[in-house]
Amino acid sequence: MNGVNASQQGLGYGHHGRMPLGMVVSGSLAEGVKVRLDDGVSIEDVKVGTFINIQGNQKCFLGVLTEIELESTDDGIAATPPDMSNPLLQQVMSGTTAYGAITVEPMLAMGVDMPDGPQPAKTIPSHFSRVSLASEEDIQAVFGDEDAKHFYIGNPMDMEARLCLNIEELVKRSNGVFGKSGTGKTFLTRLLLIGILQHGAASNLIFDMHGEYGWRGSSEHTNEVKGLKQLFGSKVAVFSLDPESARRRGLTPDYDVSIGYDDIEPEDVEILRDSWGLSDVAADTAYSLQRRLGKRWLSEFLAYEGGEPFSELAREMNVQHSTLSALRNRLSRLQRFDFITEGSGRNSVNEILAYLNRGAHVVLEFGRYGSNIDAYLLVANLLTRRIHDRYVRLSEQASGDSTQEPRPLVITIEEAHKFLSPAIARNTIFGNIAREMRKYNVTLLVVDQRPSGIDDEIMSQLGTKIACLLDNEKDTDAVLSGVSGSRKLRTVLARLESNRQALAFGHALPMPVVIQTREYGSAESYRELGFMDATQLRAQVERETDLLFGPAVC
Amino acid sequence: MTLNASQQNDAARIGEVIEASTTEFTAQCYRLYEAPALGSLVRCGEDIPIYAIVCESATQSLDPARHTIPRGRAEPDEAGVFRSNPQIERLLYTRFRAVIVGYRDHGALKRYLPPNAPRMYAFVTVSAAAELAEFSSGTEFIPLLLAAPVSAQDDVIAAFLRQASETQPDRDAYLVSAGKSLATALGGQTHRLSEILRRLQ
Repeated sequence: MNGVNASQQGLGYGHHGRMPLGMVVSGSLAEGVKVRLDDGVSIEDVKVGTFINIQGNQKCFLGVLTEIELESTDDGIAATPPDMSNPLLQQVMSGTTAYGAITVEPMLAMGVDMPDGPQPAKTIPSHFSRVSLASEEDIQAVFGDEDAKHFYIGNPMDMEARLCLNIEELVKRSNGVFGKSGTGKTFLTRLLLIGILQHGAASNLIFDMHGEYGWRGSSEHTNEVKGLKQLFGSKVAVFSLDPESARRRGLTPDYDVSIGYDDIEPEDVEILRDSWGLSDVAADTAYSLQRRLGKRWLSEFLAYEGGEPFSELAREMNVQHSTLSALRNRLSRLQRFDFITEGSGRNSVNEILAYLNRGAHVVLEFGRYGSNIDAYLLVANLLTRRIHDRYVRLSEQASGDSTQEPRPLVITIEEAHKFLSPAIARNTIFGNIAREMRKYNVTLLVVDQRPSGIDDEIMSQLGTKIACLLDNEKDTDAVLSGVSGSRKLRTVLARLESNRQALAFGHALPMPVVIQTREYGSAESYRELGFMDATQLRAQVERETDLLFGPAVC
Repeated sequence: MTLNASQQNDAARIGEVIEASTTEFTAQCYRLYEAPALGSLVRCGEDIPIYAIVCESATQSLDPARHTIPRGRAEPDEAGVFRSNPQIERLLYTRFRAVIVGYRDHGALKRYLPPNAPRMYAFVTVSAAAELAEFSSGTEFIPLLLAAPVSAQDDVIAAFLRQASETQPDRDAYLVSAGKSLATALGGQTHRLSEILRRLQ
């Protein structure tokens, strides 16, 4: 009976456990296929971003629901709607004269002529193909099972199936995690880092601005969640710029980072040009100063006496007195940072590299400097430049011998638009890393809330992008630039839930998908990730002791 | 399904076909004013029973040259007219027109036009409830009804669905289902659909 809804008819789940939705009635490869919803399927139950299966004649297509529309066979309804006080009329017209339609963007095609599994869809399903919600088997066929290469990151929207990310593919390119503040960027990034660590796909260097990754992090649901150090122990080394803050929290960093004035080069401070409001001329003057004063240029320049000697220096260097004065004024701000010391400081770069070479992962905590963007930019830029230099040298020495190549490194930076803005991206090390991809085995994991502030070229080079809710149009455009079907994905992106939901697409995923990120922070979630609490550890030790020596005899 | 003897007996014979085409027929009733109600399902023929829905009925003079004139001026009530003029029943007749909507072929019910028109003098009976329930369980005949040259088409459809719904186990669900078939057949004519559905209450 048409009037009875689908589930009452036993149509709730059809072939292979898929819930039927409707049939293809029109469409194109460019615009996606239009699906008329079956009578009995409530339009209020379908959601944009849902994973859809379309059974064509020869191929099975998998796609994403990108648009939902109310349609009618009578154009006059909109102008003169019928009297809906008659409940029979309402029931009769729903699904017949007035019906729901959805647009599905076919992303992948599977078929008997495709032995290699799902391939990007180069055609569309034929007229009247049956359309249903994708099943768990579909998700597994596309995204793979949890294994040595795949890390379970969450579930597709409204589904129980486990959605896995190919970690090996992920670390081969630079990636991005975007979203407004409070949408779960840090949460997602922490999960990605755990995935990379667990699968041993690469070493990580994390510039942990707000102390969210190292020891412990915070969550909106539980007050405190475990950081990487708590989960992975000696595999993770916490470096600190502010050891006092660490000790106040009762923690002992593995290494206190200090940077000597003599270690700072003009390229290191150039990244602060925007933040300091320095002119191009003033920034270039730093290079002239280095040429003139040598390795100790910074400390000598800061120590320069005012008055005539300073004017003399400006004249000799052929720059305005005011320009030179502005530069000194800005550079003197570095003196406020306790981690910058006289002379050469400790060789933090070597220390970080030593840890990374051993296969460990380094989290650099900023402590009280976390709220100081200048400190973050300076340190991240300075350390990354030197580490990258070292990687370039090592890669070149290996010259094609893959056994000699340095272990892949993923550098995580927050507030990425400050490093990768169009004005400076071409000159900073981060711009280079994003552009040269994995040539030297170094990639970035950029975490940002203003992707529109990141240089277009860099954005287009990012392999996998995971976007939480973004409501600024420019940001949405930036994230989706260069993605096929971006206009349709924009609807999906704009309607994500404000927490724990993200649109993921790019290199490590066969097709774009809305992810409900997995739970993190409860004892159960740690167990699921393979970590044991103290009781479990004790039990395991006892079991193994019994196995080795036999049960204890009293 | 074939009709059993009791069903045959239940269905009262009311008249005979006097004019027929492949899409409709006209039957004359044996007795004055015994035409079935508008929208009733009737059956005619024996070997290949044909089903039709009554769309019009009329009572008129047998002799087209003699017009009926008023006769009750002095009568106290309408029945008095017939008491005083017993010949009237012989001079008038009742006929009805029915749109063909299906037939039965070797026991199988078809809800589309039969290959041939009904025969002259074929006996016409009103379908019993069980037969109406069986026929109306499908709605494939609705386009035939909508295509017929009938003046009060919407009332005929509404009348048929009202009667049919009474024979179905779930009246409301049946009306929704039949209404949906009607909505599909009517395409964009929402207000017409609305008017028909209003008459189903």
